Amino acid sequence: MTELTPVLSATWDAEQSWKLSTYEDHGGYRALKKALGMEQNDIVQAIKDSGLRGRGGAGFPTGMKWGFLPPDDGGPRYLVVNADESEPGTCKDIPTMLSAPHVLIEGVAITSYAIGCNHAFIYLRGEVTHVYRRLMQAVREAYAAGHLGKNIHGSGFDLDVTVHAGAGAYICGEETALLDSLEGRRGQPRLKPPFPAVAGLYARPTVVNNVESVSSVPAIIDRGVEWFTSMGTERSKGMGLFSLSGHVERPGQYEAPLGITLRELIDMAGGMRGGKKLKFWTPGGSSTPIFTEEHLDTPLDYESVGAAGSMLGTRALQIFDETTCVVRVVTRWTEFYKHESCGKCTPCREGTFWLTQILKRVENGQGTEADIQQLLDTCESILGRAFCALGDGATSCISSSIQYFREEFEQHIAEGACPFDHSKSALFEYDAAKVTEEAHA
Amino acid sequence: MTYDADTLAQLRKDANDIVGRYPVKRSALLPLLHLVQSVDGYVSPDGIAFCADVVDLTSAEVSAVATFYTQYKRRPNGEYQVGVCTTALCATMGGDEIWRQLSDKCGVGHDETTADGKISLERIECNAACDYAPVMMVNWEFFDNMTPDRALRIVDDILEGRDVKPTRGPNKVSTFKETERVLAGFEDGKADEDQGVGDPTLVGLKIAREQGWEEQR
Repeated sequence: MTELTPVLSATWDAEQSWKLSTYEDHGGYRALKKALGMEQNDIVQAIKDSGLRGRGGAGFPTGMKWGFLPPDDGGPRYLVVNADESEPGTCKDIPTMLSAPHVLIEGVAITSYAIGCNHAFIYLRGEVTHVYRRLMQAVREAYAAGHLGKNIHGSGFDLDVTVHAGAGAYICGEETALLDSLEGRRGQPRLKPPFPAVAGLYARPTVVNNVESVSSVPAIIDRGVEWFTSMGTERSKGMGLFSLSGHVERPGQYEAPLGITLRELIDMAGGMRGGKKLKFWTPGGSSTPIFTEEHLDTPLDYESVGAAGSMLGTRALQIFDETTCVVRVVTRWTEFYKHESCGKCTPCREGTFWLTQILKRVENGQGTEADIQQLLDTCESILGRAFCALGDGATSCISSSIQYFREEFEQHIAEGACPFDHSKSALFEYDAAKVTEEAHA
Repeated sequence: MTYDADTLAQLRKDANDIVGRYPVKRSALLPLLHLVQSVDGYVSPDGIAFCADVVDLTSAEVSAVATFYTQYKRRPNGEYQVGVCTTALCATMGGDEIWRQLSDKCGVGHDETTADGKISLERIECNAACDYAPVMMVNWEFFDNMTPDRALRIVDDILEGRDVKPTRGPNKVSTFKETERVLAGFEDGKADEDQGVGDPTLVGLKIAREQGWEEQR
């Protein structure tokens, strides 16, 4: 049986866990002092050797991303932390920053030192006021303690950190859209190449890393590469936060080695709600193809989830039991993508609009058999034909749900209505007949 | 611009502070728009002109940015922004029904404000609190594990002028304008206020401790 491995979450239950003093009492900023005594390249190499891969969804090796920066030309280079956590189902960075903001700040300081950055940015989604308060306070405390600012701990290294709040746009979680947004523009993805490593923020070399990736750096420096690689699988090293939501008895954050299975996690979570049967789930947020009961024993690492036809993504495990209408859930996810499409690329902008129209028709029992093929064809017209992954992500839940639950789509069409009582999947009782489904704005 | 001298002086002082955080002036635009909302309660024509002046853009360029982001409001917003998450998971867990009852109670639909200017209602997208579904946000503070009854009580409290307390957050929800000032990057001294950590945040850590699996740091 796989054991949980709280590292980032280890201090979350401490008194005033978000304060600098609490963090330091638990060994905080020890890794920064150690890092400042190391050669910059050795830090980059350590992160490469650790096998740490991006925890924001794409899983790109973090150390390699740092290594892509061109040689120092004397001009500025930037670290931008992606704290725009918005992928449906994903809820790990918010509790990290709320409960232990200093682990991120320490990671920012070490990473900045390693890549030669003197001004780092944390781009936080704007819809989480208290998280912003905690981050601003943490940065202020870190300056006062000499962990940030000029000549940090006598090393000669200077670092300023700006915490920046966005204003509501899922697309800004895409790294180049995030950079445009941080430059004060509409958040629309850029054509790559050039990649941010070459021309990122203000067209300067830039590393964009997820909150959890950067927060994993201090522990790797403090405890060593071997400690980190002792967790996880052959090619998916280390621990990660697995976020269980939906129809389990105890949803929440479970920090575990990569490679743990959903069966093990559901077991720890006290089983399915009321002993009901698992129907479908997402391994890594709504942009990753859905899984079913047959994938309960798939190791949740990058390779195994990929081989089984999905993606590890952000380890956002949204769990739906047998009371749930898959057509309804997929329709609602698609409305999300329609709402969040930035409008830059025609296939995504128009495609998500039409997918929504068709899905709502099917969900309400007004669809035709041809609609199912039309959904698949429209997905095919979007997949691979947009600048960024939002368009691709929008198709995942549709294609995969038709693959596993085609008969349920057909049932809606044949019966001329949704066969489910939606109140059965809610956490409280209500009279479902009263609900009139409104168009999602 | 029709701001009075005092308001304009304060705006300029704050804008100066915001611009100073960035190596390039235009990066200040998003926080500046939050700042405008903290004064006017929405992105007003005056506010757009002010931002354009500060970052050397045309008002059309500023409007183009402001209209991209859902947190920027184009009409005077209610004192409390009440958002019900109706993205797939929260909707399934009861968000749709909470939305229906709140909309009934307030007599307004999505992106509309009650006649008394107290509440602007919004169907929001995923707010990164799925382990606490169904979730509601009031001025972007967390109200976890909602039921229709609890949500109605919160709305009642707001309509009758009583303070409301989030599940994870400060001791009371600030007004929309006060919140927007925080989002512009000005601390309000409430970072240490806390309602305790919710069970879902700590569930894995507790199990690890009970089982003696804890990693030593």
